[in-house]
Amino acid sequence: MKRFLIIFFFLISINLIHPFSFAAEKAAKPMSPGWGFKGFFGTFDRASLQRGYQVYTEVCASCHSMKHLSYRNLSQPGGPEFSEDQVKIIASQFEVRDGPNDDGEMFDRPGRPSDNFVSPYANDKEATAANGGAYPPDMSVLVKARMGGADYIYSLLLGYEEPPEGISLDDGVYYNKYMAGNKIKMSNPLSEGIVEYADGTKATEEQMAKDVTTFLSWTAEPHLEERHKIGFRAIVYLIIITILVYFSMKKIWSRVESEI
Amino acid sequence: MSNHEYTPSSKFGKWFNDRLPLLTLGKHLTDYPTPKNLNYWWTFGGILTFCLITQIVTGLILAMHYVAHADLAFGSVEHIMRNVNYGWLIRYTHANGASMFFLAVYIHIFRSLYYGSYKSPREIIWILGMIIYILMMAAAFMGYVLPWGQMSFWGATVITNLFSAIPLIGESIVTWLWGGYSVDNPTLTRFFSLHYLIPFLILGLVVLHIWALHVPGNNNPIGIDLKKPSKDTVPFHPYIVIKDLFALLIFLIIFAFFVFYSPNILGHADNYIEANPMVTPAHIVPEWYLLPFYAILRSVPDKLLGVIAMFGALFILVILPWLDTSRTRSAIFRPLYKQFYWFLVADVLILGYVGAMPAEGIYLLVARVATAYYFAHFLIILPVLSRKEKVLDVPLSITEPVLGGSVSASALKQKKDKL
Repeated sequence: MKRFLIIFFFLISINLIHPFSFAAEKAAKPMSPGWGFKGFFGTFDRASLQRGYQVYTEVCASCHSMKHLSYRNLSQPGGPEFSEDQVKIIASQFEVRDGPNDDGEMFDRPGRPSDNFVSPYANDKEATAANGGAYPPDMSVLVKARMGGADYIYSLLLGYEEPPEGISLDDGVYYNKYMAGNKIKMSNPLSEGIVEYADGTKATEEQMAKDVTTFLSWTAEPHLEERHKIGFRAIVYLIIITILVYFSMKKIWSRVESEI
Repeated sequence: MSNHEYTPSSKFGKWFNDRLPLLTLGKHLTDYPTPKNLNYWWTFGGILTFCLITQIVTGLILAMHYVAHADLAFGSVEHIMRNVNYGWLIRYTHANGASMFFLAVYIHIFRSLYYGSYKSPREIIWILGMIIYILMMAAAFMGYVLPWGQMSFWGATVITNLFSAIPLIGESIVTWLWGGYSVDNPTLTRFFSLHYLIPFLILGLVVLHIWALHVPGNNNPIGIDLKKPSKDTVPFHPYIVIKDLFALLIFLIIFAFFVFYSPNILGHADNYIEANPMVTPAHIVPEWYLLPFYAILRSVPDKLLGVIAMFGALFILVILPWLDTSRTRSAIFRPLYKQFYWFLVADVLILGYVGAMPAEGIYLLVARVATAYYFAHFLIILPVLSRKEKVLDVPLSITEPVLGGSVSASALKQKKDKL
């Protein structure tokens, strides 16, 4: 039995360390500021999520869409948890193209909580053309779509540097030590004080990077808190029932002359 | 098989059973004499049945919300993850369930290899199992395409392109498979249709697999034929049922860790990027359970030969009962085979590792050596071992230490301890 378990866990661990990826060339190892949403009981920092939304909407959203989210998500439990009234106000600040109306015409109206996040560009082609030929990826699941996840996004935001000697960059290309190949077409988006936090937190680059990455981790995984909570209960339940079944098994097999 | 004709006690039961002998079947299943020395490696049959049912049930629910369309598939998966009640739980269970299914099936197959369960009279069980395994790979591959992420799209492109290696008609076959001139909406819809079909084919084959098993009965760790029922066997219920349940629960705890605490660790990050035919990912990597075969495919320089090698690696397993003709089943009594068995395990793990690495330099070299060894194991080592190996003496029953030869009773006890 013991040997069985050892081998079983060995096989599991082989799967875990299985090399799906290999360090992309010339990219530094991402740093981690320590995330509260990791681990068994990980939850999002509510205030950080709200600040992160502010950074996203004031900085990132000018190029990056977030098409899989709706404004109502902002008030859902486990997220930034803005009040429903706040969400109505947030949504109403966006113009949404709707229609056709009874006259067969498309029209613009203020956003409602049920609307999806309004994208900055009409389509991917326009987004690409407006950004020097580099498509700014949709941010809904960006954290899950990048090897290294939250650590990588956080590091990338803080990874802008002067290029080392001998590397020449074209116009509209920037040096970032965490990017694969070190060349990125997004200019450094964050600079100290670019947003003014409502809660008085000082908007340093590190603070903004951490807040917006926390926000993006939530948009990628909106049910993370619920998942952690249910997971813990499920596993405790399974362990208890496993122990009970183990002793039942011992009892039943005690009638037979055999090891189990 | 139970030799006693079963008569239900109630009048209705008898009436029903005379017309459809379900009660007889139930009686057969509960009484089914099972070797009492089965170890925990034998619990994976039950675990696999559970995995199949889980995949079918979660898949059924996902199919209610999923949209099989190239423009909508990715969004519909996000819809499941965000808006469907417990959609995240259903999808993560289904996605990780596939990995757990393969983990269990690999353990099940390697258990069979170690204890010689594929040998006479169980060849048909083994072949049915291999067909199930191949269908599982087809189902898993098509399922991975459905979220229509980058790895879905490019994985589908690479794998379907394998058929273009067929001389003369290859290109036409690929166009026919795609339903067009590239992987696109027609490919996605047919993959969805087939992904829905295959699990039910597997279910049917599982019934045959178990049926075929119930003819000779289970093999056992010492690999001998047993008298049934006898002191060496226990009825399936409650003995095996409770033991399988215990093992299943342990398995479920591990399963739950994946689903709740690292649901994406077995997938590739690129699959959260919507499919884009204009952008090729830096490295196209299949799911972990296909990596050994991917390594074999890439280790052969010629495309056609690579495809033949890959399918050959599977086919060779189908004919295994006729490659290993040693009459001794269990590796416990085959000291040399036991060594080579562990070499094969290591070889497959190495193939899996290099399958995930770029096919260049040292990785390619290792992949070639490992591929050659894989085939050598089945085509050279096993047939030679079957003839030359000096096997240990096998006991005649589980309970009574009656030996066919000179091995002392204490040696037998040692062996039994090892089981």
